[in-house]
Amino acid sequence: MISPPLRVLIVDDEAPARSRMRDLLADVSVALPVMIAGEAATGRDALQIAGAGGVDVALLDVRMPGMDGIELAQHMQKLEPPPAVIFTTAYEAYAIQAFELHVVDYLLKPIKAARLQEALSRVMQSAAPSPEVLRGMQYAPRVCLSAAERGKVHLIPVEDVLFLRAELKYVTVRTASREYLIEESLTQLEQEFQDRFVRVHRNCLVARAAIRGFERAGGEAGEGPWQVVLAGLEDRIPVSRRQQHVVRELAR
Amino acid sequence: MARSINHNANTGALPDFRNFGILLRILLIVNGVALLASLLQVTVIRALPAQFTENAALVEPLLILSLLLLAAGSGVLRRLPYAIGIAAVLAIELALTVALHFATRELFFVEAHSLPRWLFIVALITGMLLVYFDLRGRALSPALAEARLQALQARIRPHFLFNSINAVLSLVRQEPRRAETALEDLAGLFRALMADNRELTPISREVELCRQYLDLEQLRLGDRLRVEWHIENMPPDALVPPLALQPLLENAVYHGIEPAETPGTVSINIYVARDRLHVVLRNPYRPNGDHHVGNRMALANIRERLQLHFDVAAELTTRVGENTYEVRIVMPYVKDGR
Repeated sequence: MISPPLRVLIVDDEAPARSRMRDLLADVSVALPVMIAGEAATGRDALQIAGAGGVDVALLDVRMPGMDGIELAQHMQKLEPPPAVIFTTAYEAYAIQAFELHVVDYLLKPIKAARLQEALSRVMQSAAPSPEVLRGMQYAPRVCLSAAERGKVHLIPVEDVLFLRAELKYVTVRTASREYLIEESLTQLEQEFQDRFVRVHRNCLVARAAIRGFERAGGEAGEGPWQVVLAGLEDRIPVSRRQQHVVRELAR
Repeated sequence: MARSINHNANTGALPDFRNFGILLRILLIVNGVALLASLLQVTVIRALPAQFTENAALVEPLLILSLLLLAAGSGVLRRLPYAIGIAAVLAIELALTVALHFATRELFFVEAHSLPRWLFIVALITGMLLVYFDLRGRALSPALAEARLQALQARIRPHFLFNSINAVLSLVRQEPRRAETALEDLAGLFRALMADNRELTPISREVELCRQYLDLEQLRLGDRLRVEWHIENMPPDALVPPLALQPLLENAVYHGIEPAETPGTVSINIYVARDRLHVVLRNPYRPNGDHHVGNRMALANIRERLQLHFDVAAELTTRVGENTYEVRIVMPYVKDGR
C-alpha cells in the first residue's frame, strides 16, 4: 500500500535555512514520501497557509522576528485539524532545555537528512504538545492572541487589545473594532502581559496605553465608583473597590 | 597552571609613566603620604589644613617635575633592564631633590629640611611606589594572560556559528563559489578567535575581521541587514585590543537586526579626534527587546580588556536613543613601536 505523501510546511525567517530544508526534504523523499505544502518567513504567513488546510507537519524555527516558533505552534493548535509540529533551532539553550523536559520533537541545525527522516516518520504517531507545555516553553510574551471561529483562527495583535474580561468559561478580548472569545485564564494573561495590562476589577484587565482617564459613575456630582475611560470605546469599565489604588497610580 | 602563567609573565617592568592612570596613582599616593605626614605633625586637628598646605608646597614642585621627567624619559627607561631602570629612577629622583634643594635655597633663601633627611624620604617614597607598581603589575599580568581566554569568552555565539554553517550548507549545491567564500570567512573568523589575543592589533585587521563577520551575517539575513561604514578618517595603524569590535557588531545584529521585522542598519564610525581613537557603533533599538544579559556580558568583557591594556585612559559607554542603541569606545591613539 502506498501512503499519501506527508505534506510539510517550512517556516523559517532565513531564506538560506528554508532552501537547505528544501534540499533535505528532497533527499528524504527517496525513502519517505513527502511533499512541500508551502514555505513561510513569518508566523503570520505560516498560519495563513496552514489555515487553508493541506498541511500535515509544520517545521518551525524557534527564533523568528515578531511571532516566534513557540507562539506560532500555540496558534496552530487551534486549527482543525492541527498540523503536527517539529521545532528547528540552531542553538537556543532555553528552548533545547524545554524540548528535552517536555519530550517535544526538535531538530538541531545544521540538520542531518537521516535525523529529519526519523522525526518525520514518527511525528504523525506522537501526540501534539499540549497548550500548557507550549505556554511553559514561552520565553517572551506572545505578540498575538488567537481565537478560533468556525474552523478559522483569528490573530489578534496584543497591542490592539483594549481590555480583557473574564466571563464564565471564556475571556472576552475587546479591540477597537470588535470582540473575540478566547479560552484562556485571566490570571495567566495577567502574568504574561503584566507590562501591558493592569487589573482594574476581579474580572477585567485594561491596556495601560489605552487608558484616557477616570471618571465617577453617576454623572456630574456623582460619588459613585470610579470608571475607566478607554480610547475609542463608548463603554466605561468599572474599577472595583479593591483596585481603587490603580486610579491614583495611573491618573497622575 | 596559574603558577606557570605567573612565572612567564613579564616579571619586573617599570610602569608606563605616560599612562594617565599611572600618573594619577602616583599623584594620589604621594599626596596621601603628605597628608599622613601632616596628620602626624599636628597636635590639634584644626592645624591640619595649614600643615598640609605647607607640606604640599614642599612636595608638589618635586612631584610635578618628577612626573614630567619620567613621562619624557618613559620610553628610554622602560627599555632598560628592570634593575637598571629602578636605579635610574631612584637616581633621577635624588638628583631632582638635590637640584630643588639648592634652587629653593638660592631663590628663596629657605632651608626647608636638612638635605640628607629629605633625600631619605624621597628614596623611601620612590621605592615604595616602585614596589607598589611591581606588585600591581604582577597582579595584573596573569589577568593579561587570561585576556586571551576572556577574548574567547567574548566569543562568537554558538547561535551564529550553527546558523552560519547551516547557511553555507544551503549554498553548497546551488552556489558552490559563494559557499567557498563563506567558508573562508568563517575560517578567518575562527583563526582570529583562536590566535594569541594578548597583544594589541592594528585596527585595520579588526575591521577586516568585522567585514568577514558581516558578510556571513548578510548571507543569512539578506536585505534585512544593512551596513554603513564611516572609516575614511580611520588611521589604519592605530592599535586596539583584539576582538574589541566584532563582539559588539555581533550584539548589534543579534539584538538590533535579527528580532526586527523590518530591515535595519548597523553603522560603524571610526575616527581620531584630539589624539584619541573613537569607535562608535549604532544599531536599531527596540524598547521591549529581550536577551539583555548576553549584551551586558560582552560589554563587561570588552571593558575589562580595555582596562587591562589602557587603564583609565580608555572608556566604553552606551547610550539609548529614541530608536538607536549606541556603543562608543574612546581609547588612546597608540601606534606601533610605542
